[in-house]
Amino acid sequence: MAKFEKANSVGEWLDQRLNTTTFNKVMMTEYWIPKDINFLWAMGVLLATTFGILIISGIFLMMYYKPDIGLAFDSVNYTIMQEVAFGWLFRHMHGVAASVIFLIIYIHMFTGIYYGSYKQGREMIWISGMLLFMTFSAAGFSGYMLPWGQMSYWAAMVITNLFGGVPVIGDALVVWIRGDFNVADATLTRFFMLHVFLLPVTIMGIIGLHFYTLRIPHVNNQSSEEFDFDEEAEKYLAGNKKESKVIPFWPVFISKDLAVLGIFLIFYFYLVFFHYNFAMDPVNFDPADNMVTPAHIYPEWYFLWSYEVLRGFFFDIAGFKAFDIGLIAFAFANGIFLVLPWLDRDPAILPAHQRPLFFIWFWVLLADLIVLTVYGKLPPTGTNAWVGFFAAVAFIVIFLVLPIVTKIDAKRRGSL
Amino acid sequence: MSNETNRRDFLGYSFAAVAAVGGAASLVGMKQAWDPLPSVLAGGFTDVELSGLKAGNPVTVEWRGKPIFLLKKTAAMGEAPRDLIIGSDRFTVAIGLCTHLGCIPAWKKDKWKCACHGGEFDANATQTFGPPPRPLDLPPFSVKGTSITLGEEGPEFKKIAAAMMA
Repeated sequence: MAKFEKANSVGEWLDQRLNTTTFNKVMMTEYWIPKDINFLWAMGVLLATTFGILIISGIFLMMYYKPDIGLAFDSVNYTIMQEVAFGWLFRHMHGVAASVIFLIIYIHMFTGIYYGSYKQGREMIWISGMLLFMTFSAAGFSGYMLPWGQMSYWAAMVITNLFGGVPVIGDALVVWIRGDFNVADATLTRFFMLHVFLLPVTIMGIIGLHFYTLRIPHVNNQSSEEFDFDEEAEKYLAGNKKESKVIPFWPVFISKDLAVLGIFLIFYFYLVFFHYNFAMDPVNFDPADNMVTPAHIYPEWYFLWSYEVLRGFFFDIAGFKAFDIGLIAFAFANGIFLVLPWLDRDPAILPAHQRPLFFIWFWVLLADLIVLTVYGKLPPTGTNAWVGFFAAVAFIVIFLVLPIVTKIDAKRRGSL
Repeated sequence: MSNETNRRDFLGYSFAAVAAVGGAASLVGMKQAWDPLPSVLAGGFTDVELSGLKAGNPVTVEWRGKPIFLLKKTAAMGEAPRDLIIGSDRFTVAIGLCTHLGCIPAWKKDKWKCACHGGEFDANATQTFGPPPRPLDLPPFSVKGTSITLGEEGPEFKKIAAAMMA
């Protein structure tokens, strides 16, 4: 056994047993972050905070929510909204945070794409981040089912039916996922379990992994400059703070993060108190009815782009069923971001404005996603169907040309 | 086992065997826990009287939580292999869930239109536009006089199902 001296303070006592001083250094005061970054690098802390808000508001909602098709709707819309003290606040905080977290995720993702923070050693950061996007999407979908309104029900119907597209076992798989021939009580209760336990626990695990993936390749910076972190850290520790290209995570980097967080939280609570309705679809205030589909159904705004890719293919092409093409395109849209580091054939890490063709590619992708999002909410008839079709085709083409675009950039620069 | 396998390897292999059997058994159990319950599988049978239907005006009845479309066809709607013929009347019987992703299409004048992704089905329940990959599904039924029992596979059902496969 290790030899323990008598401690002179609680801090020292803990340090002897848990080595808190070293732990603190490794995780906080000597975790080095580049200096040359902007407010877009604060999104990670914003996301962690928003996830915390979701957990806390979720705990309070869970104490009154009832995962039973006979009770769910009233437990949300009557008990929580009208009887529980501040129940309305917890619900709106939860709903708005679920929506806003996707906005921040998208900003976080596109910051990474713009500055090339997904490649040449940073692939695992990107992949773990995309896994978080996927698990958050699953959590968003399963949570949307819980109030058991018309949108909850029919979103569940459409999304579970997507699994019917799996070859051979599709139909049986749909019944297995639902636990019934229809979306029913068994479906609600198991998605409640996924939403309040399995998915949050998985997300917490992947968040840990996501932080860990940053440690070895380190955080990227605005000019994608490569430098020796150990060397720069030494400069900082020796007192040459001005000369050093790095700052410690705590308390230097975090102070700016917290300032950005403050602005974000004011915006967030402004939405919670004055504009919560954008996260509360009026159709979902009709109780679920398995015999009536609402006149027009659509997912929450953050799923619209992939939803539009799914339904963009509304006619059979060359013997392939429209249903299958749509489903394959949908799978492509959800999987393609995962392999982004390998579609980018440019060996250099540079911000998009120093990669002429990639710069255009980036903004075209963003524009296409906005078009898909806007048309995803409109009824799929007439011109809308065609705009959706071309935007969906464009989405696929955009990713197919990425290897060529990045190669040309690299060749012109002389990197290839 | 080779001569070089020592006792620790043997212990490792025996644990792997126990873990594999236990793991496989747990997966089977967990899979079955998510299967529909017996009470759900036993789901009911629904009797519907067809004599009261007005030609050209489909009705929707509920069977096992799903909407069933029953349409008495007008002469203008023609004949199709999936027509259920009772006396001189022709009926279209279909599960009212779009074969694309399961929304309930609504009857608009002479066809069912799906609001979700724009699919359309004619009076014979055949897809005529949009993403649906196949006609509306045929629920099992049996015929007694002018009424049908949904959930039972009668000879009329089998004949129509065979005609649809052809």
